[in-house]
Amino acid sequence: MTLRELHPGQSARIDAVDASQPGVVRLMVLGLIEGVEVQYQNSAIGGDPMEVSVYGAAISIRKQQAASFRISPITPNV
Amino acid sequence: MSEVETAYIPVDKISIRHRATASIAVIGNPNSGKSTLFNRLTGLRQTTGNYPGVTVEKHSGTVQLNGSALELVDLPGIYCLGGFSADERIAVDVVLGRIEGTPRPDGLLVVLDATHLYQGLYLLQQLMEMQLPMVVAMTMTDVATASGIDISIEVLQRHLGGIQIYPVVATSGRGLDTLKEALEAIANATAPAVPESWPELSSTADELVKSTADTGLPRIDVIQALIHPESKRAAILEEHLGNRTIAEIRDRLFGKEPPQAAEARHRYGWVHSVLQEAQHRAPLIERYGARTRRWLNRPWPSTIMFFAVMALVFQAVFSWATPLMGGIDLGATFLADQVAAVLPQGALSSFITDGVIAGVGSVIVFLPQILILFLFIIVLEDSGFLARAAFLMDRIMRSVGLSGQSVIPMLSSFACAVPAIMATRVIPNRRDRIATIMAAPFMTCSARLPVYALLIAAFVPDESVGWFNLQGLVLLGLYLLGIVGGLATAWLLKRSALRGPKPQFALALPEFRWPNLQTVLIKLLDRARIFLKRAGTVIFAVAIIVWGLAYFPRSAEIQTNLHSTISQAESSYRGDQLEKEVRELENHAAAAQLEQSYLGRAGRFIEPVFTPLGWDWRVSAAVIAGFPAREVVVAVMGTIYAVGEEAEEASLTGKLRSATWPDGRPIFTVPMVLGLLLFYAWCLQCAATIATIRRETNGWRWPLFAWTYMTTIGYVGALLIYQLGSIL
Repeated sequence: MTLRELHPGQSARIDAVDASQPGVVRLMVLGLIEGVEVQYQNSAIGGDPMEVSVYGAAISIRKQQAASFRISPITPNV
Repeated sequence: MSEVETAYIPVDKISIRHRATASIAVIGNPNSGKSTLFNRLTGLRQTTGNYPGVTVEKHSGTVQLNGSALELVDLPGIYCLGGFSADERIAVDVVLGRIEGTPRPDGLLVVLDATHLYQGLYLLQQLMEMQLPMVVAMTMTDVATASGIDISIEVLQRHLGGIQIYPVVATSGRGLDTLKEALEAIANATAPAVPESWPELSSTADELVKSTADTGLPRIDVIQALIHPESKRAAILEEHLGNRTIAEIRDRLFGKEPPQAAEARHRYGWVHSVLQEAQHRAPLIERYGARTRRWLNRPWPSTIMFFAVMALVFQAVFSWATPLMGGIDLGATFLADQVAAVLPQGALSSFITDGVIAGVGSVIVFLPQILILFLFIIVLEDSGFLARAAFLMDRIMRSVGLSGQSVIPMLSSFACAVPAIMATRVIPNRRDRIATIMAAPFMTCSARLPVYALLIAAFVPDESVGWFNLQGLVLLGLYLLGIVGGLATAWLLKRSALRGPKPQFALALPEFRWPNLQTVLIKLLDRARIFLKRAGTVIFAVAIIVWGLAYFPRSAEIQTNLHSTISQAESSYRGDQLEKEVRELENHAAAAQLEQSYLGRAGRFIEPVFTPLGWDWRVSAAVIAGFPAREVVVAVMGTIYAVGEEAEEASLTGKLRSATWPDGRPIFTVPMVLGLLLFYAWCLQCAATIATIRRETNGWRWPLFAWTYMTTIGYVGALLIYQLGSIL
């Protein structure tokens, strides 16, 4: 499963990042790397781009790049 | 005066201004409260200058300490030393001392946002590699506490090799005194120990520094050279040790992936482990308003709110500015009348009234709109709204080959293209940046409005179509024409000359925050100053040139005729009637003078070019006069149609309606007016914009292209409308 398939409000842990895809390095520099927990916050109309947060910092990410992040979902701690 | 009095002033009342002894760069993530802290420390003792050879402005100020002073240099916020956009590259280049004529800073004041330690610690690690004296300030500690984030500063300091962290609340000033004490001691501070986030990189860098000692490359440059293979430093390193050796080192450190990806993994991995220990999040208790805010951030509500806010901004820009602009206009006219009454008639009087005063007036008449727009943009920027706007509009901009980051410049260009073009510096990719620069001048700026208003009032009937007013609909159409023209241009360029990989869009989204009043005002003054300097000088110079072309050569015959006819009138009219008659005669003389001036001759000379568009020499002359600055067109038309420069709209529209060709056909027909409007919507008639494009793109290629392209499509569009319209 990739970040692309996450549902709004859901959290996940990043397992692997394919850094060779265009635009992915920039997202890694903003903190989306293996081992951290991300949460899908919001999106623009149509679900693209999505807003995910890591350690409280919100990052905008397009669906195309989101597909480069392999994740395992964790139950949202509501 | 034999007695000498001695005044005793208590020592603590004397404030001694020290001169700055060292230069400290203030650096941190975007939206980390860095500028607010900078303003707090320097107060109003700030200057804005330029880095030699670079378009980005240098903001510096002096902070007065107990026994000394330091120069602080505020830099654009960055996330890493990679430098993706022009703005970020400047920050990196200044910190690393790579700008010629600007020495490397003597120390760093690093700003860490307590609510975004994750990204802040990433940058901090990279900065620690520089081995410069460093003071770390932690901002937003109040916000962090309020949102349940518990940070152990002791633990953080231990992980950072004992470096001191000073918590401050920049808005209230808490902690500033302690921070100043630390800054006072910065010169004697020892450089921080390198964090142990990536031992392999550290040891490799140390070895390389030793083996390349004779090149004088500092440690940070060696690291940057390894991580950025395309850079100048990388070339020096490769030349010195051989491509093979360096390639092997890179392979060992980074594997097959981009070096910055490997760096992000190592450094964020380290941050992750540090934060596990140093930061704890209390289970979030939802505060009042949090639910509403979350709801407002959902796709549809946020998009609707975006358009509502934009509508409000435009409404404010135009309705609040109109009375102010009217006032400035009146003031300029009043001043010109006073001068004209004092000075004898002639070239000098005309130069001062129609040249200098009108020129200065035409610069400051834009200030109300520009200032109001800037005020909104700064408030929206500092509250985090603009980043959201870019996020929400990304999808639409993608369809023309751009990204959400082009939205902010395009919005600014509805007031003026000059600040819009400067705002493109945040766009990482050069091709996307240029495509945005080419699209921005199409948007309906405030200088186009007087022309639109005049032509619409004169030739579009004031009647309603369904629920709408026809004149309003035409104005809306002209706005849409600008938007369509700009977006189509970006789309075409991105498919041809600027073809390249799809623009990426990775943006940090700051949460909503109330902007700080002092920061907003300082930014506003700063941008107003830059606008006046960049656009003001060009617009003023242009006003003087256009005045000269319209004034010279002066025909003595016309003036003699005027005097004799006035004396005739004086014998046959009295009172108001006489005054009216004299004004009429003067206006006709002015029109005759303009007709035989250089501008009038140019209009006649160029008339054949514009005849296919249905324009006579008068319209052609006004259009030529408008090429350097489109807003002069209405004044030139006023003179040329002999209604005086401060033409009442009603009298000018009357003249325009009755203007005819020599054979009696009306000049201003519906197709001709529609063509003229389209020409104004698309043509690049603004020397200030051209100068700004040249500055921001470092050359004449793009400004020349923009001018030629926009003039051509404006001409062809007007030609098609007139010719097709005349057949139908």
